[in-house]
Amino acid sequence: MEVMNETVTLTNKDKFLSHFDLIDFSMDEDFSSDARKEAMELIQWLDFPTSKAEYWKYTRVNKIIKGNYKVSAPENEIEIDLSVPSKNCIVLINGYFSEELSFFDKTEGIEFSSLSDAKKSNSILGEKFNSLVKKDEIFADINSAYHQDGAFMHVAKNVQVEEPYYILNLVDDSNIVSNPRNFIFIEQGANAKAVLKTINTGNTGSFTNMVSEIFVEKNAQFEINKIQDEAEDSFQIATEQVVQGDDSTFKINTFTLNGAIVRNNLNIDSLGKNTMTYLNGLYPLKGKQHVDNHTYLLHREPNGESHELYKGIMGDSSTGVFNGKVFVHKEAQKTNAFQSNANIVMTDTATINSKPELEIYADDVKCSHGSTTGQLDKEALFYLRARGLSKDSARAVLVNAFASDVIEHIGVEAVKDEIEKYIDDNYHGIK
Amino acid sequence: MDKKIKGIEFLIALFRMIKIKNLHASIEGTEILRGINLEVKAGEVHAIMGPNGSGKSTLASVLAGRDEYEVTEGSVDFLDEDLLDMEPEDRSRAGLFLAFQYPVEIPGVSNINFLKTAINEAREKRGEDPMAAKDFLKRVKEKSKLVELDGRLANRSVNEGFSGGEKKRNEIFQMAMLDPKLSVLDETDSGLDIDALRIVANGVNELKTKDNASIVITHYQRLLDYIVPDYVHVLYKGKIVKTGPKELALELEEKGYEWIFKELEAVSA
Ligand SMILES: Nc1ncnc2c1ncn2[C@@H]1O[C@H](COP(=O)(O)OP(=O)(O)OP(=O)(O)O)[C@@H](O)[C@H]1O
Ligand SMILES: [Mg+2]
Repeated sequence: MEVMNETVTLTNKDKFLSHFDLIDFSMDEDFSSDARKEAMELIQWLDFPTSKAEYWKYTRVNKIIKGNYKVSAPENEIEIDLSVPSKNCIVLINGYFSEELSFFDKTEGIEFSSLSDAKKSNSILGEKFNSLVKKDEIFADINSAYHQDGAFMHVAKNVQVEEPYYILNLVDDSNIVSNPRNFIFIEQGANAKAVLKTINTGNTGSFTNMVSEIFVEKNAQFEINKIQDEAEDSFQIATEQVVQGDDSTFKINTFTLNGAIVRNNLNIDSLGKNTMTYLNGLYPLKGKQHVDNHTYLLHREPNGESHELYKGIMGDSSTGVFNGKVFVHKEAQKTNAFQSNANIVMTDTATINSKPELEIYADDVKCSHGSTTGQLDKEALFYLRARGLSKDSARAVLVNAFASDVIEHIGVEAVKDEIEKYIDDNYHGIK
Repeated sequence: MDKKIKGIEFLIALFRMIKIKNLHASIEGTEILRGINLEVKAGEVHAIMGPNGSGKSTLASVLAGRDEYEVTEGSVDFLDEDLLDMEPEDRSRAGLFLAFQYPVEIPGVSNINFLKTAINEAREKRGEDPMAAKDFLKRVKEKSKLVELDGRLANRSVNEGFSGGEKKRNEIFQMAMLDPKLSVLDETDSGLDIDALRIVANGVNELKTKDNASIVITHYQRLLDYIVPDYVHVLYKGKIVKTGPKELALELEEKGYEWIFKELEAVSA
C-alpha cells in the first residue's frame, strides 16, 4: 500500500513544471533572479487556460502541456548549414545560446549578444527586463521563470542599420521544451530590422514557449520578421510585448509555416503620439495544423496610425483562429486604424474562426475592420486554365496573388525570397 | 481506289478545324444547347448572331471546357481530337482560344507573367525549351502594339481596374501572344468605341492566316464590316436555325430576328 505515493496527486501544472527542475539558475544576475522568483510565485496562483477562458477559447493547450519533455543543452557540435544572409546571427539550440554557430560583425552603436551575456553588464536590461510582460499569462510567466537564454539587441540613439539581425531558434532533439527569451531595445531615432526564426532539424514533439520584449523609442523605426517553421508535430507559443514611443514606427510580419499548434500573442502598446504600426501575418496551413493569432493594439495617444493585415490559406483539415483587437483610447483622437483578416479555405474540412474587433472611445477617428473567408475564385481559375495554365499552376498563381500584399510588406529581401519560394513550392501540385 | 479516298479524307480532315455534332449541354438541369451542328475549316471566319440568352456564350464556354456545363449529347472534333475529353488547359494548348464576353479581374496576377507561364508550359508539353526572356519581351512589345494596348496595361494585374474596352483589347493581346488555331471571340466588340473596334478588328485580321480560323459572336453587323465572315449563323434557343452568307448579317440588322422565327414556325406548322 505504501507504494501509492504523492506522484498520483501531481497536477498537470506540477508535472509540466517539473521539466525545469534540473536547470541551474544560480549564476543568474540579481534582477533576473528576482524576476524568476516573482514569476514562480505568480505561477503558483495561475492555472493553464481551458476553453472557458475567452482568450484561449479556440486553442486547447492540453496536448501542449501533457507532452513528455526534456530540457537539454546540445552536447555535440551540430553540423548545419544555416545560410543566414547576414553578418549577425544569434543561434539558440534548444533554448541555449550556441557560441559556435552564432556570429557577429561588431558595429558601432549596436549591441547584439546572448541574453545571458547582456545580463552581466547591460544597464538597460537591468532596468527594463520583464517590465512589459503580462503577469497573468501563465506561459509568459513560465518563460520569465525558466528561460535559459535568448537574444539581446540594443540599437543606440540615431544609429541606422540596413542589414537585418538574425535570431535563430533551433530545436535539435526530440521532446525538447524551451523558453527562449528575447529583449530588443531600439533607442530614439534609431532604425533597424530583425528576423526571428524558429526552426527544427527534423525531430518530433517539441514545445517552444518564446517571449520577446520589444521597445521602440521615440522616433525610432523597427521591423521584425518572424518565421515559424518548426516540425509538423511541434508546439509553439510566442508572445511579443511591444511598446512604441512618440513618432515611432513598428512593423511585425508573422509567417507561420509549420507546427501542430502555434499560438501567437502579439501585444502592442502604442503609448506615444503620432505612431505608425504595421501588423502583418500569413499562415499557409496544411494537415491538421492549428494556428491561432491573437493581436492586441492599444492606441493611447493622438494621431496614431495602424494597419493590420492577416491572411490565411487553409488547406487539408487545418484550423485557423484570428482574434485581433484594436483599442482606441478616448485621448487618442485622429487615430487611423485599419484591420483586415482574409482567408482562403481550400478544402471542406479546413476551418477558420475570425474575429476582428475595434473598441473605440475617441470620437474623431478613422477606423475600419473586416474579415473575409472564401474559396479560390473559380472564374479566375477557369480564365487562367483557358489560357493554358495547368490547374496546379493556376492555383499556385492565385495563392501567390492572395499572399502577395502581405509579402510586399517584408523589408528584408532574403525573407521575401524565402516566403515566396515557400508559397511556390507548396502550392504547386496541391489538389 | 480505297487508298485514294483515304487520302482525300485526310486532306479534308487537315482543313477541318472543328466539327460540332448535335451538341447538347445543360446547366443545373436546364438544357441550354439543344443540338448544335457547326463545322469550321481552316482559313474561315464564322459569325454567330442571335438574341440574348440564346446560348452563344454557353457554346463558347462548353468549347473552352467550363465544367459547370454538362454535355449530355453530341461530340466535338477539334483538329481530329475529342475536344470534350480534354481539360481546359489542354484545349488551349491544342490551339483553342476563347476571348471572354466578361473577362475577369485577377488582382495580384501579372498579365505578362502568367502569359509567360502559359506559353512555357505549352512549350514544355510539346518538348520544346522555354521561350528566351528576350524573345518573349519582343513578342509582348510587338503584340501589344498590334492592338494598341498601353505597355503599362500589359504589365499590370490581369484586367484589374481596366476599362471595359481595355479588357477587350487585353483579350486580343493575349490571343496574339498565344497564336491559336481557332479563336472564339465572344462579343469582343461590345463596349468598344469606334476607334477601339477598328483596332481590335484590325488585330484579328492581322492574325488571320490560311491555317487558322475564328468564330465571332456578335450582336452587331458593324463588326462584320471589319471582320468579314464567310458564314453567318443564327442561334436561337440553343440551336442554329439559319445559316447564310455575310449578307445575312445586314438583313438581320435591318429586320431583326422576328422574320426568321416566323419562317421557323411556318415550317414546323
Ligand atoms: N447557372 C445557370 N442556371 C440556369 N440557367 C442559366 C445559367 N447560366 C446561364 N443560364 C441561361 O442560359 C441561357 C443562355 O445564356 P448565354 O449566356 O449562353 O446567352 P447568350 O446567347 O450568350 O446571351 P447574350 O447575348 O446576352 O450574351 C440564358 O437563358 C441564361 O439565363
Ligand atoms: Mg453571351
